[in-house]
Amino acid sequence: MNQPKKVNDLAWIVGGAQGSGVDSSATVFARGCAYGGLHVYGKREYYSNIMGEHSYFQVRASARRIRSHVDTLHLLATFDAETAFRHARNVADDGAILYDPNLAQTKLEDVPTIEARLRTDLTTYLVARGLGFTLGDLLKSAADRGVTLVPVPYTQLLTEVADENHVDQLSKISRMVNMFAVAASFGVLGYDFELMARAVREVFRAKAEVAEMNVRGARKAHDLVAGKYDAFPYRLEPIDFGGERRVLMTGAQATALGKVLGGLRVQTYYPITPASDESEYIEANQLIDLREPSDPAEEEAGVAQGSGSILVVQTEDEISAVTMAIGAALAGARSATCTSGPGFCLMMEGIGWAGINEVPLVITLYQRAGPSTGMPTRHEQGDLRFALHAGHGDSPRIILASGDFEEAFHDGARAFNWAERYQTTVIHLVDKALANSNGTMPVFDPDRVRIDRGELITDGWSGRDTYKRFAFTESGVSPRAAIGHPGTIFWNTGDEHDELGHITEDPVLRNLMMEKREKKLELADREIPEAEKLNFFGDRTAETVVVSWGSTKGAILDAMDALEREGIKLGFLQIRLVSPFPAEPVMRALARAKAVVNVEMNFGAQMGGLIREKTGIEPTHRILKYNGRPMSSTELAAALRAVAKGKAPRKQVLTYGV
Amino acid sequence: MASRQVLKVADFQTEVHNDWCPGCGDFGILRAIQMTLAEMQLDPSNTAIVSGIGCSAKTIHYVKTYGVHTLHGRPLPFATGIKLANPGLEVLAVGGDGDGLGIGAAHFVNAGRRNVDMLYVIHDNGVYGLTKGQASPTLRLGVKTKSLPAPNVNEAVNPLWLALAAGATWVGRAYSYDVKHLVSLIRQGIEHKGYAFLDVLQPCPTYNNINTKEWYGGEDRRDPDQGRPLPRVYKLDGTGYDPVVKSWEHIDEKIAQAMMKGREWGDKIPIGVFYKNELVPTYEKRVSSRIPNYLAMPPAKQPIADSEGRPAADLTRLLRALAVN
Repeated sequence: MNQPKKVNDLAWIVGGAQGSGVDSSATVFARGCAYGGLHVYGKREYYSNIMGEHSYFQVRASARRIRSHVDTLHLLATFDAETAFRHARNVADDGAILYDPNLAQTKLEDVPTIEARLRTDLTTYLVARGLGFTLGDLLKSAADRGVTLVPVPYTQLLTEVADENHVDQLSKISRMVNMFAVAASFGVLGYDFELMARAVREVFRAKAEVAEMNVRGARKAHDLVAGKYDAFPYRLEPIDFGGERRVLMTGAQATALGKVLGGLRVQTYYPITPASDESEYIEANQLIDLREPSDPAEEEAGVAQGSGSILVVQTEDEISAVTMAIGAALAGARSATCTSGPGFCLMMEGIGWAGINEVPLVITLYQRAGPSTGMPTRHEQGDLRFALHAGHGDSPRIILASGDFEEAFHDGARAFNWAERYQTTVIHLVDKALANSNGTMPVFDPDRVRIDRGELITDGWSGRDTYKRFAFTESGVSPRAAIGHPGTIFWNTGDEHDELGHITEDPVLRNLMMEKREKKLELADREIPEAEKLNFFGDRTAETVVVSWGSTKGAILDAMDALEREGIKLGFLQIRLVSPFPAEPVMRALARAKAVVNVEMNFGAQMGGLIREKTGIEPTHRILKYNGRPMSSTELAAALRAVAKGKAPRKQVLTYGV
Repeated sequence: MASRQVLKVADFQTEVHNDWCPGCGDFGILRAIQMTLAEMQLDPSNTAIVSGIGCSAKTIHYVKTYGVHTLHGRPLPFATGIKLANPGLEVLAVGGDGDGLGIGAAHFVNAGRRNVDMLYVIHDNGVYGLTKGQASPTLRLGVKTKSLPAPNVNEAVNPLWLALAAGATWVGRAYSYDVKHLVSLIRQGIEHKGYAFLDVLQPCPTYNNINTKEWYGGEDRRDPDQGRPLPRVYKLDGTGYDPVVKSWEHIDEKIAQAMMKGREWGDKIPIGVFYKNELVPTYEKRVSSRIPNYLAMPPAKQPIADSEGRPAADLTRLLRALAVN
């Protein structure tokens, strides 16, 4: 008997050994869904490893915008035993598992990449059910609770494809199993195969022949299962875009595009996960189109001379990356560097130098799990305090934290405006979860972005008073010249300096310079609109207000939606500007709350501490997570529900993760 | 410069009080830099000198061009950033031997790999002066200067060898008290198309009582007949030494020759150009092969917005690649 269908609300996972094409299968699945007007949100998990360890991608597809991942899967697509071992227990009772029947006899102990802790856990699970230790046993336990098993004979399909395409060795096309897995998934879901074919052709657009062979192979896998699982309740169906122009991209791409639009012209970096994706994307697109000149001044400035470009320099270390970016900024280019925690550690001295020399420097900091190398490919929001206090001495900096793709884009551009307007370092906090996630979104509107170079001297200075790079002004901001701008010779030094930039140890000048630099942050605090400092979502009169920052935003908003359907109304204060800290608006937003729930992805409740420091408000509850896996909306909803019902302890630690 | 007046050495001097010790070798280098800039009539508004940390790093405050006094060991990446953002600038990096060969060694090596068109001058005196005379990377094993509690326990690095191994395409050595010769080398280094490294031997009269002006000048070993000192420092010019790599097949022999010559030390210390190779494309040229209009529209000269602040970049093509409908 058929259950009622659950259309267009799906959580799908594809997994496999690293190097086996998990990413491209997830991309094809996500694109295939997106071409049909569905929204997707994808979360990528992988080990710090080149080949062999387990990686997976969760893709959610829905008719409405999705902003987070969930704990329970509806369809698990596997092509190795490990993926099934790791994820089978998380499949919903009415979900399905695609698997290779040839692997059914694989024993748990035969999978060396499964950690001892997980092996013990799975063993206990199987023993409790009186089962053996093969994949077949685990699948049986799934089938026993209602899960549909979908065997896909990958080897047989490969052999057929090889024969039909005159391929002499199966190993040459063995990666095609990832496309079989996607195609069979779409077959089970009753989705239009042509949309997948289009996605395959897009992903393999550089290799038309490979694309076509993959399409033919995928069609076989699709046809093998299509129509055979009509009882399976989950369905995907193409829907109308509603006139919306839409893109699918990662957080790293969104950040990069914001920076490019914002005028980035020099980007330096040293390879590090997960930050390098951004630099590589920019380098791959380093020749950029420029608009038609819109005024004579622009034409004169050379817009007509051809395309623009971004110089991307891979440096010998992060010290070089930050100092080279500073050098480029001194010469007048909008410059940035991009790194993760361990690299940021090496940038301290550069941040101090940029601070005392009032250099507009942008650092995009992709947080990952620390300390030290920590878990290089896993997620954390552990660098908030680090970014705030990086470097010795008091050195002003602006810190902004993006919560989603759109914010990453606009903040990427905005960071340069603030860096130049306030002539200081801007640290743009993003993180692994945001960088590696992808999703559909309305195409960005570039017209919303404006460029503000602050007090950059663009006319001549010759004939005027001696140029003083660090001239005292009421606002603390001095007219800034680029090196090479006629008549503006200046000096820089990491030592305390006078208005010209020469070394001084005079106690009076020292005070004036310290105060000048800090005044710029006061100016930023006055000028930056409240809408760019924080967001408030949900019920402004709610008794329970969640306060968080960064990429937890998606899970919080999705959890709030779920709770609202249960009649639980929450408020959510998202802090976007970390420094200068918007103390007054934060106090206002939290003033009426009976429960202030501090949600963040670190051990130490770093933002919670900062709120207390800056406002005196102590969060009543903490929901923290630090196991390297981003918060899901499922676990967060459960934790927030407990708070709203008055049943939560002061501190809850979320632990879901595969 | 608005008008084309002739620039004199004085035009490259600032009024900043110079606080180096009397007799410091830095004075010769500073003077030579100012003389070279005047001799070459370089526009002060188009010239930047970038220094590290230490006595030598104060040089930039005494020269009237853009001066960037950076971090310990980091003049090269700062200078590289300035030069690559605006390759039209004349960029010169200066620093001490501890700065460049100790804490900055990674940058020293990688500057060679890049071959950016600029000159890097090391003030080489064997000690960390500003921190009161500790041994630097160029002080030889077993040498005990008066500031050391015990003889130096480390072997010295050979700056010329390291520069050659790293890929510097112009390698020279000078002596800070032969200012005229130093001017000639600084000029050649600036004019070289690529990354030029110049090691300048300089006494530290306060902390290095071994490699003194008198020692370099050979005051301790006089000609027995005429009683004149026999200087240790001698010039390669006029000895028949040819440092120039004229074709790729001669590169090994030219590097070997430079290394052999660069090993001479003690009684005879050569100064001059050891190696010059303009066959290696500069970093700027390599970038130009990817970005054809790089030199015409370098990063610092590109428009990024119109007068209304509308971004110059057009993302249409990039967004189309990510579009799903």
